[in-house]
Amino acid sequence: MTQVLIKNARMLDDHIVDIAITDGRIYEIGSDLTGAYEVVDVAKKLVLPGFVDLHTHLRAPGKENSETVLSGSQAAARGGYTALSAMANTSPVADTAGVVEQVARLGREAGICDVFPIGAVTVGLKGEVMAEMSAMAQSAAKVRIFSDDGNCVSDPLMMRRALEYVKSFDGIIAQHAQEPALTRDSQMNEGVVSSKLGLKGWPSIAEESIIARDILIAHYVGSRLHICHLTTAGGVELVRWAKSQGIKVTAEVTPHHLLLTDTLAESYDAVYKVNPPLRTQSDVLALRTGLADGTIDIVATDHAPHPIEDKECEWNAAAFGMLGLETALSVVVESMISTKLMDWARLSSVMSTTPAQIAGYTEHGRLAVGGAANLTIIDPDSRWSVDRSKSSSRSVNTPFHGMELPATVVHTFFNGVHVVNNGQITGNRYEGNSKVRSE
Amino acid sequence: MKNLLSIQDLDSASIVEILNTARELARITDGPMKKLPTLRGRTVVNLFFEDSTRTRLSFEAAAKRLSADVISFSAKGSSVSKGESLKDTAQTLEAMGADLIVIRHSASGAAKRLAESGWIQSAVVNAGDGMHEHPTQALLDAYTIRAHFPDHENDFSGLHVGIVGDILHSRVARSNVILLNKLGATVTLIAPPTLLPIGVSQWPVQVSHSLDEVIGTLDAVMMLRIQSERMNDSFFPSEREYSRDFGLGAQRLAALKKEAIIMHPGPMNRGLEISAASADSPQSVILEQVANGILVRMAVLYLLLGGTRIPTEGVLV
Repeated sequence: MTQVLIKNARMLDDHIVDIAITDGRIYEIGSDLTGAYEVVDVAKKLVLPGFVDLHTHLRAPGKENSETVLSGSQAAARGGYTALSAMANTSPVADTAGVVEQVARLGREAGICDVFPIGAVTVGLKGEVMAEMSAMAQSAAKVRIFSDDGNCVSDPLMMRRALEYVKSFDGIIAQHAQEPALTRDSQMNEGVVSSKLGLKGWPSIAEESIIARDILIAHYVGSRLHICHLTTAGGVELVRWAKSQGIKVTAEVTPHHLLLTDTLAESYDAVYKVNPPLRTQSDVLALRTGLADGTIDIVATDHAPHPIEDKECEWNAAAFGMLGLETALSVVVESMISTKLMDWARLSSVMSTTPAQIAGYTEHGRLAVGGAANLTIIDPDSRWSVDRSKSSSRSVNTPFHGMELPATVVHTFFNGVHVVNNGQITGNRYEGNSKVRSE
Repeated sequence: MKNLLSIQDLDSASIVEILNTARELARITDGPMKKLPTLRGRTVVNLFFEDSTRTRLSFEAAAKRLSADVISFSAKGSSVSKGESLKDTAQTLEAMGADLIVIRHSASGAAKRLAESGWIQSAVVNAGDGMHEHPTQALLDAYTIRAHFPDHENDFSGLHVGIVGDILHSRVARSNVILLNKLGATVTLIAPPTLLPIGVSQWPVQVSHSLDEVIGTLDAVMMLRIQSERMNDSFFPSEREYSRDFGLGAQRLAALKKEAIIMHPGPMNRGLEISAASADSPQSVILEQVANGILVRMAVLYLLLGGTRIPTEGVLV
């Protein structure tokens, strides 16, 4: 018998369909389907493949006061995500097979979405000794993305070696592009605003010089390069050039860099302190154009929870980072669809299909008979007011608190399990099924 | 006015009000009554997270001349390294009865955070926050300029002020640029390009890399202190080269207009940004700045703690 029957879902081509799910997989897509254990009538709301985040900070192990794998998974599901990628800057750092397997196991136990660990490129993210990336790739966690995120792999020789080394297991290096010498003690985007506020500037060239260098290295050694959280107009130009040369580079942008600018720092409220920093309006417009025209491949949240005390202080003392999972869809709609820069098909591509392809998450990013039932139901026409006290995250550092934004996630299905119903966590969890688990 | 956080928050009328109040306080305390009872029973806390003996003493003297009780709290370094947060420190001091907190902090925006985060009710005076602002320094500088150019009582238009040196890291320069602009002065920043902030072209100033080209046109020249930590950080090759190009030495002293004044927020590096002859010349008003600092800070404390009228000689209020 059909496990779940989703009635009256609107596909991207505007067809209204019923979706039957059995054993965690889409069994049939058609009309007037009947008979199921659970029927969910979604009243012509939009169905999309579940979103895939390639850049999430879950803080576990080590900093469970700000986020756990479970709370982060719940936040992800409420944001419409069915897969997330846990960054390596935990404590201990995810630089061994043991740590990535622990994170993957916590993800399975949570059972709310797929949790794919990202492995560190270098031991302790220190940039000095290469981490055992092959061991992480061959572990039960099957790591494919490697990143020292938070730190840049700034040594060009280390970057070259890492890009070469991961080729043997089809890994990808996700670079946090930040030249450290140009950003010592930097606090915010360098420009008119930083000069006025007396906060140490973080020049765009610190990001762009690394992007330019790494594009050249990736081309030279013939490896794939993924650039994390692009923030500058110059960076967009560099990626555009690289793609025009056929260099294998992909790039991501965060929702917050698509909407917010550095003038928010004028409040000195550290909720706006983030790495890389919020940039100028012209950068934001260039990022939007880049995402719309395909220069930027995907949206990634860089969801970065921090406890209250790490933000409720003077700017220089505060931690970098902001929440993103629960607001990503709405912010992308606000900045890209409300502005008519892109359509829902492109949104589905940049938030689901393409990130799944880049990372090799084969059970995500598509909505097809036979595929895993990882999908989300969106109400594009509703609006909501962001309230940090209602977040599923353990932290409250969202810069969007109090903003009214378009589009809500109504349901999320993970391997056919109804994990989010009417925007709320149901408590259902995926118990595991060897036929369905992503390989 | 509840707080004094930034010159940006003041219009020219409130700047002039503070300067006039300071002058009135000077007139009164110049007589037999050196100390006024105005703030008796009020508590001013000096919360200094950064070493600054002269600013702390100046605020302390100002508060005491108004009969306020003064508590001084010095904690070098950031709240993080100290283990206690800014919020907790401020709330603790308020619980001890503070009516007004004077804060000096190495982090830009610390005073604004303290005043506007809802942590405390006390009034807040910014005594220097990181590289952002030092509003009472700009006010005392304006007070000093005004005293020497009486034709420009409330309007500095026609006056040309040069600010020389490390503009990039200087809160004194930022506050002065804003204030002098609000009062109508022409301001020229004189520094090597490495010590000018990105975006300075959008400030309401002229910029020069040659002190020699500008020196003869200035009515006031403010020499900024070169911090020792800049000297080994490639902002300029050596102290000698900096001093040669941007120091106020004998030749540049001679090139100054006779009525021009020489200013320095202190403490000075004699022989680096300013020669002994310049610092001690009759055109130097550096010690006047120190004295005026107390008056201006008295005026700020007086106005913030609810002073509505200025006491006249012999009349207790």
